[in-house]
Amino acid sequence: MSDVVISVRDLTKRFGDFTAVDRISFDVRRGEIFGFLGANGAGKTTAMRMLCGLSYPTSGSGTVAGYDVMLEGEQIKRHIGYMSQRFSLYNNLTVWENIRLFAGIYGLSKKQTEERSAEVLERLNFSSERNTLVGSLPLGWKQKLSFAIATVHRPEVVFLDEPTGGVDPVTRRQFWEMIYEAAEGGTTIFVTTHYMDEAEYCSRVSIMVDGEVRALDTPARLKQQFAAESMDEVFRTLARGAQRGE
Amino acid sequence: MSAIDVHSLSKSYGKVRALDGVSFAVEHGELFGLIGPDGAGKTTLFRLLTTLINPDEGSATVDGLDIEKDYLSIRKRVGYMPGRFSLYPDLSVEENLQFFAALFGVTVEESYDLIAPIYKQIEPFRTRRAGKLSGGMKQKLALSCALIHRPSVLFLDEPTTGVDAVSRSEFWDMLADLKERGITILVSTPYMDEAKRCDRIALCNEGRILGIDTPTGIVQGFDKPLYSISAKNMFALLERARREEGVEDCYPFGEKHHLVASAGFDEERFKAALADVEGVEIVSAEPTIEDMFIKLMRR
Repeated sequence: MSDVVISVRDLTKRFGDFTAVDRISFDVRRGEIFGFLGANGAGKTTAMRMLCGLSYPTSGSGTVAGYDVMLEGEQIKRHIGYMSQRFSLYNNLTVWENIRLFAGIYGLSKKQTEERSAEVLERLNFSSERNTLVGSLPLGWKQKLSFAIATVHRPEVVFLDEPTGGVDPVTRRQFWEMIYEAAEGGTTIFVTTHYMDEAEYCSRVSIMVDGEVRALDTPARLKQQFAAESMDEVFRTLARGAQRGE
Repeated sequence: MSAIDVHSLSKSYGKVRALDGVSFAVEHGELFGLIGPDGAGKTTLFRLLTTLINPDEGSATVDGLDIEKDYLSIRKRVGYMPGRFSLYPDLSVEENLQFFAALFGVTVEESYDLIAPIYKQIEPFRTRRAGKLSGGMKQKLALSCALIHRPSVLFLDEPTTGVDAVSRSEFWDMLADLKERGITILVSTPYMDEAKRCDRIALCNEGRILGIDTPTGIVQGFDKPLYSISAKNMFALLERARREEGVEDCYPFGEKHHLVASAGFDEERFKAALADVEGVEIVSAEPTIEDMFIKLMRR
């Protein structure tokens, strides 16, 4: 296994004469929490879609989880995890049914599914909730389960798209502690957020403006570079210079 | 008489008690914030006060009018911007504005001075269909439409959710302008850092109000010593700190962790106990709205 899980060079996506993503290049190392920030309309979503194998770049090169971003979108989809605040679990299915459904989608065998779901239930202390409808679980539990399911096939990297939007401050922190723990265990995390305090929790942060990656470093070095007190200030300094809106 | 007066308002959807005996008042010309996460009951409260649904228990008045008896009069006086974009995507910017003006029996010209600071920013796109606007422009159009009949009270349900930090702060500047013009504003947000832009706030969670005060008053209510701590390995620090004597709570807070101490806490002893953790630093910290929210939630 390579130590670089995502590696892209000059990744570009054009829609007609509009360049949504303009030659972005970066590497994400194994076990990193990589924060992917940008103003609305900066091209974050388009870039994420390319990295997740949902859309092919117009030009550039790179790999995600060892697969070619220009050619192997299908393989990429199978080898990454994905979780967003908007779409995560089915409320009308039980805890166990949700795990089984996603394990099936990720192509795990029956035996693997049995093993992994038992493991997930035990790790989360959820064994007693196996047959509970997900809709009736408290938000914090749902989020933990959602993350566990996004990683049930042991992906090399998990993409979290605004995982904590609208979540209360206590649950939001519990979620981040889980991310810390997963990263300590070697899972690579690629995360987007609008909460600037969460940017501070990342190993490294990239900030997109007008389709380009304008800054990329550890939060501490970014603050130094922009002579800022907080990541919020760094973000504002960069985003204010944006030429295009959403 | 307050601009908004709410008495023990409750509303359930089946078994879910969305709003559980909420009371508060908003004064004329006040910018009042409802701060809380999803499921706090903010949208239910907006729907009740704009007379779109009726309460199970309790009562409320808006501009002195009862939300159940006087619902038709209330609708003429309030402006409402729901959380989800609810203009007509197939009408142009200008057609949407004219449509809402017609509904309220006014003309765009009559209200132009009020909406101008906001509307001018999207006027260059007045022939574009609303569905083709960017998120920020949709938000400005929705606000213009909500203001077209010069409402005395404006209800804004999470206008900044999912919006980046810079656009969010621009939106709050627009609200400050409207407040200057005497409009009472009730606005909700899940972002704690926006609370300081309000005159007063109510912290809401799971259908209840945890506390109401000015932003300064809220943080003054934090009655425990608070420290910010850091170390080379922040995750290890978190786990260790929680086990130390006199540590009531410890949680990530941006680049540092916040540590809430009880009477038995001693800084020097804490540092000594964590001597094996590399680079431990501890300094006194000022509580924020978010610290108070966490404290109230834990209780």
